[in-house]
Amino acid sequence: MRSYPPEIIGEAVLNGLLTGAIYGLVALGLTLVYGVLHIINFAHGALLTLAMYAAFVAWKVFGLDPYVAILPLVPLFFALGYGVQRLVIMPASKGEDSNILLVTLGLSIVIENVMLAIFRSDTLSVQVPYAMEVVELGPMLLGFPRVVGFGVAFLVAAVLFVILTMTDTGRAIRAVAKERTGAALVGIDVKHIYAVTFGIGTACLAVAACLLLPFFYVNPRVGNAFVLVAFTIVVLGGMGSVPGALLGGLFIGVMESLSGLYFGESLGQIGIFLIFILVLLFRPTGLFGAKA
Amino acid sequence: MTAFSPSRRTVLLGAAAALAAPRIAGAQPAAVKLGILQPVTGALAQDGEYGRLGAELAINEINSTGGIRALGGARIEMVFGDARSNPEGGTAEVERMNSEGVVAVVGGFASPICLAASQAASRYDLPYVVDVGVADTIVTRGLRNTFRFGPGFGKVTSGALDNLVKINEAAGKPARTVVVVHEDGLFGSGMARLMQNELPKRGFEVLETISHPTPARDMSNVALRIRALNPDLIIPSSYYAEFVLLSQTLQQRRIRPKGIYCVLNGAASNFRFVREFPQAANLVMDVNHWADPRKPKTAELRRAVEAQNRFWLYNTPLNYSAVMLVADALERAGRADRAAVIDALGKTDGSFTRHIMPYGPTRFENGQNQAAQAVNTQVINNDIKVIFPEEFADARPVFPWPAN
Repeated sequence: MRSYPPEIIGEAVLNGLLTGAIYGLVALGLTLVYGVLHIINFAHGALLTLAMYAAFVAWKVFGLDPYVAILPLVPLFFALGYGVQRLVIMPASKGEDSNILLVTLGLSIVIENVMLAIFRSDTLSVQVPYAMEVVELGPMLLGFPRVVGFGVAFLVAAVLFVILTMTDTGRAIRAVAKERTGAALVGIDVKHIYAVTFGIGTACLAVAACLLLPFFYVNPRVGNAFVLVAFTIVVLGGMGSVPGALLGGLFIGVMESLSGLYFGESLGQIGIFLIFILVLLFRPTGLFGAKA
Repeated sequence: MTAFSPSRRTVLLGAAAALAAPRIAGAQPAAVKLGILQPVTGALAQDGEYGRLGAELAINEINSTGGIRALGGARIEMVFGDARSNPEGGTAEVERMNSEGVVAVVGGFASPICLAASQAASRYDLPYVVDVGVADTIVTRGLRNTFRFGPGFGKVTSGALDNLVKINEAAGKPARTVVVVHEDGLFGSGMARLMQNELPKRGFEVLETISHPTPARDMSNVALRIRALNPDLIIPSSYYAEFVLLSQTLQQRRIRPKGIYCVLNGAASNFRFVREFPQAANLVMDVNHWADPRKPKTAELRRAVEAQNRFWLYNTPLNYSAVMLVADALERAGRADRAAVIDALGKTDGSFTRHIMPYGPTRFENGQNQAAQAVNTQVINNDIKVIFPEEFADARPVFPWPAN
């Protein structure tokens, strides 16, 4: 194994944290939907792709900086998520959880291919003046868009935490997550809460997309690159746990970064899935997950 | 059971003959059907689109300039097939094209698709002209129907290594140490192994080969390792998105080697990259397919492509040239007959000049054009210039890179 000077290892750890925060944000939506609706949303990756295209169009057509585009895209994607759950997933699933799996899978295929038809498979990216800026931290250089992504990801997690713990809607979401029938009995509109949760999950993706775009690219399959990692994070952090998703994301990011540095980028990926299997074997509820 | 019932095929044939009969009597010669096979959906769709564009441009040009003269001015009719970015898709489309009666198939793009599709075509003695696929095995299987106008992997890489030595020597040997960055699939790993074996023989020291997956989400670590190793030269072999990510990250982290020398790189000979990331692309060298910059037709075609608001990629001139090759063979064969076209393709010589590739006089040996070669390109002043070999060059290499 090669030995590296401490500033390189330090930079690798910081890079891992910065990337991991975005992973966490993508996982946040996934874990929320799982925790409340108890479904694995296979369309999560495709929805991320859709959000990235939306941010791209906002930049290309309307001249909106991706960070500014967060403001219109969050309500837009909340509405989209709400509508998809209310009008597509729920009616099509006919109350069977196994159907939902297939519906979301089908949805992802439809979204990906519509994107392919509209944008072709070209790899697109935005050009923003700050893309090449760096934040200097002693000898370490950190990409400016990644630092912004890190900060905003934490902000989103904090906002989400406040919503879930302090608002009526948040309490209703948690009630439905814990006990669906009970929540319905005390007068909570479960269908509405399901759709709201799905909407929040999708809105998280809109934020993640806007944070990713300045330093990443978009093509019709780009979401899959993140969602596989997000699944691992959800399992690691505990299904349905908001802090679990964020901390899991950071952990996976650092893990990926360090193993990439020492074992090469290709083998580094194995580390992630090794964790996935180990967690499933020894702590199936994840680090922060409630007992099933 | 079927003894007295006419088979479906006979009925179809009869119907086809009945439909075709009035056309034979007409003055217009029957159009020649040409199969164009490209992956236009799936992972390779971008390349497939640009390949199709080249074939379309060639077919339009042939049809608007009098068609195939030896066949009474017959027009070429494109039968398009989507290879769906995998070999099975390619094979299925060749079967369909065969049943539609094409005289030849052009395209395939990726080596696995070319291998499978040409094999399928060989069962019907259907001529198959490979557009891009560089795997050497494509032309070494002894298939009589398969031709490749462009260069194979062995020829490209040996040329790349020789040219690197020449460029380095001409500059006073500034480069000695190398880091190879490659994607971990068949293409990138094969290239990395080759570099590891061949570079030391040519006086270079390979400090490390760094592999990365496709798709890669982050190149920060690769950049960090490169910074720690501090090589003179970086040799990447990755697909488009990953190379863009790598070169951006290098630029951002202010890592500036004496040169970046790519071989068959998806981005470095791609105008999209040059337009969207001019700083990251600046002075990157590549060894790749590229149209002959000295031919007036090249400039004309490039204008036509850019007028459609599309980028000038090598797929377009390669497919344009491959279709022109089939048209040339049809002219010499004098009939739209598969065996005659195979025969004529094999006998193509220097009189075939309607292509726009920087090759010498065409000469086929076992289906491979012996004159085919890749050229060295470099991004200079936001344009992609040919810097080597000198007889085709339209610019001089900028190497080593000047200090900022």
